[in-house]
Amino acid sequence: MSTMTATVPDQAGSMGTVRNWKTPIILSVLAVFALVVFALGAPANSVTFRLSDPSDAVVLTDLVLSAPVTGWICAVLMLAAAVLSILEVRAGRRVPGWLVAVFSVLFVVGFLTWVVGSARTPNVALYGLLAGSVTLAVPLIFGSLSGVLCERSGVVNIAIEGQLLFGAFAAAVAGSLSGSALVGLLAAAVAGVLVSLVLAVFSIKYIVNQVIVGVVLNVLVSGLTGFLFSTVLSADADTWNSPPRLPVLPIPFLSEIPVIGPILFRQTIVGYLMYVAVAVIYVGLFYTKWGLRTRAVGEHPKAADTLGVQVNRMRFTNVLLAGVVAGIGGSFFTLVSVSGFGRDMTAGQGYIALAALIFGRWNPIGAFFAALLFGFATNLQYVLSFLGTPVPNEFLAMLPYLVTIFAVAGLVGKSRAPAASGIPYIKG
Amino acid sequence: MSIHRPDDGRSAGSEARIEAKAEEQRLEAAVETDDGRMAPPAVPPSAQSGQLYPEEAGTQPLLHRIMASETMVAVLAVLLSLIVGGLLVALTNEQVAAASSYFFARPGDLLGAAWTAASEAYAALFQGAVFNFEGQTFARMIYPLTQTLTVATPLICAGLGVTLAFRAGLFNIGAQGQIIIGAMLAAWVGFTWQLPVGLHLLLVILAGLAGGALWGSLVGLLKARTGAHEVIVTIMLNYIAIYLVGFLLTTPGFQRPGSSNPISPQLGGTALYPPLFGDTFRLHWGFVVAVLATVFAWWLLNRSTIGFELRAVGANPMAARTAGIGVTKSYVVVMVIAGALAGLAGVAQVAGTERVLTAGVAASFGFDAITVALLGRSTPWGTFIAALLFGAFRAGGVTMQTNTGTSIDIVLVVQSLIVLFIAAPPLVRALFHLPEPGAVSPAKTGKSKSPAATGGAA
Repeated sequence: MSTMTATVPDQAGSMGTVRNWKTPIILSVLAVFALVVFALGAPANSVTFRLSDPSDAVVLTDLVLSAPVTGWICAVLMLAAAVLSILEVRAGRRVPGWLVAVFSVLFVVGFLTWVVGSARTPNVALYGLLAGSVTLAVPLIFGSLSGVLCERSGVVNIAIEGQLLFGAFAAAVAGSLSGSALVGLLAAAVAGVLVSLVLAVFSIKYIVNQVIVGVVLNVLVSGLTGFLFSTVLSADADTWNSPPRLPVLPIPFLSEIPVIGPILFRQTIVGYLMYVAVAVIYVGLFYTKWGLRTRAVGEHPKAADTLGVQVNRMRFTNVLLAGVVAGIGGSFFTLVSVSGFGRDMTAGQGYIALAALIFGRWNPIGAFFAALLFGFATNLQYVLSFLGTPVPNEFLAMLPYLVTIFAVAGLVGKSRAPAASGIPYIKG
Repeated sequence: MSIHRPDDGRSAGSEARIEAKAEEQRLEAAVETDDGRMAPPAVPPSAQSGQLYPEEAGTQPLLHRIMASETMVAVLAVLLSLIVGGLLVALTNEQVAAASSYFFARPGDLLGAAWTAASEAYAALFQGAVFNFEGQTFARMIYPLTQTLTVATPLICAGLGVTLAFRAGLFNIGAQGQIIIGAMLAAWVGFTWQLPVGLHLLLVILAGLAGGALWGSLVGLLKARTGAHEVIVTIMLNYIAIYLVGFLLTTPGFQRPGSSNPISPQLGGTALYPPLFGDTFRLHWGFVVAVLATVFAWWLLNRSTIGFELRAVGANPMAARTAGIGVTKSYVVVMVIAGALAGLAGVAQVAGTERVLTAGVAASFGFDAITVALLGRSTPWGTFIAALLFGAFRAGGVTMQTNTGTSIDIVLVVQSLIVLFIAAPPLVRALFHLPEPGAVSPAKTGKSKSPAATGGAA
């Protein structure tokens, strides 16, 4: 059976036999860029990275780097990596993954040193930058996990934005009415399921194009929550829109570890649930019967049907499950981040989650790291506008979207959607 | 996949009829998805080009044909959505809430209050969108109608762009970005250059077309060259366009001198669309351009070779390639034209309604354009009418909000419900007990109802 991507010819030829120069070319361009900007254009001062808060139990000394020295080291190492990748491809081998990973880390370190060094105050709290990135990434991770569940079983989920927004809304209202944040969390999951239900019914039962349903659902949820917000929630905010916040639950001892302690072990219940969800969905998808069936239904529904898997039922339950996940992610906005619902408060995060899903190659762990990267870009943008930097904010804000376009265009690695994603299954 | 033909001999029994109907739906879906090889089209081909069963069209009674038609479904979808919207308005109304506290004592009060709340809101919507019965002069009375046409102008242009892409099987979610880039270039030509009347406006329009076409062509090229899915690419390009224009509006080339806000200078007088009916009304010649664009889109789709090719690609890319049509070329061409049309919407904004460039120049026209194209069943004139309807909602929504305090967000709810209902004709038909198209009363069933293309696949 041909796939969605097979409808387009000349898809980069056959990989493997032909030498693929894409990676070396991109690495070389980036390395030269780093040489010009991070090394030659480095500011003369040094950069201070604060590793821990003075009030922490274990206080680490500040990391002070000289901007030009760091810039040159990074640039030279990146050039070396680029040359190595050219040699590898010339020898007919593929560029090893670790090389690209090392290159990326060097690029981030070089960029960070350069950008902070060029700021008015070349001093940044690294622990805050990282912890903030994780916090910002929480709804993205939930959103992209929702996408993983749907798309792996063959249903395109553009409605992540709507699921997050409705989850946030329900959490705020239910939390305010009941006075309990946990009730809000539960309501958020239910709200996510409701959006999922409409998606499932229309795309599976009525065979409406899934992209259309998703886009329309986002508008519907935005209109519905906006309408209720301006008529009900604003009229009596005390009753309807003042949810209690979820408490931060630091794990004793572990949360005192410098740098990673606050990131991993000083979270709200939503934050811990995020780690659990990533692990459970990863293991479930690749090591259980349910996961095998889900992937089969998403890749080759007819084959799965032949072996007795009920394709559409499988898809239906997975879409509903995805609603639970995204709904809980939505509660982050109103129960953790700020206390109270605001019109269109998800502000396109659902679409960034979609981008993380694709950049993470439809894999829960990949989506997790992609979402972290996007959260890092967003947080860096906030921090840098605070420090006063030479890079316009808008370009950092663009980064997730640009990276995603490169990813889907096959310029960065190769991302391929589940073969049957978006295609309804009609039992014949 | 093996397909049974419905056994005509025993279709008199009700059980067999249900089975035949299910079989028919299955066949229809199989045709639309090329037997499970591609995603279903945005608008089913049967809805785009009239009867799926033309050979039976003459044999059915007129009433049956009307009841089973797509137009009937569209009308009922609009009606149903308005009812749901009205319920929502009534449920959140304060008088209604007050009356509900003594519902069991005087149930009439609750229903009365609910009716008043919903009908007043819709009356204000009508008053703001079509005809103002409280107007002192004739001009004041028809002012709302011209407002509707003004708001509809960018919707028509952008909607046509989405429609054309739909017909080629592409989901152009990127009208928003294409409008922004078109508006950006058009505005730049408008406020930077000093040119004589006529020539200036022409160049502004061309710049808008070029800007939209550029942004659209990126999508087409990426799809054609790398197979990148256009939905993802267009969503991402929308955000890139928003941030790009936001950045440019802080640079000296675009920012209004002396202003610290991200806003451009006013466009020169020679760069603007002249008003259509004098200065009393905001309606401008951009509307006429939008009508011309609709005629062009109709001609392109139904009378030109390019249109034939892109419709073929939209119906089934694999079959089109077999027939010798350049599929990748069609993707690029249609996205260039679609982008240019969206760019025209951007021109209508900067050279007609707004007269300056801001980051919010596209409002939500790009997303509304998708719903407009869907409601218009992916035909140029259908899109035109749908844009007028949504323009009316938007123009009337403003009056409704100021007069009755009903939030304009209800318009979004009604619009999205319309599209949802329209996308699932079986749902609407079931709700109103309408007959299926092609489902003839059992006595008349004489011949096979399966489309010829799949009938022999048994």
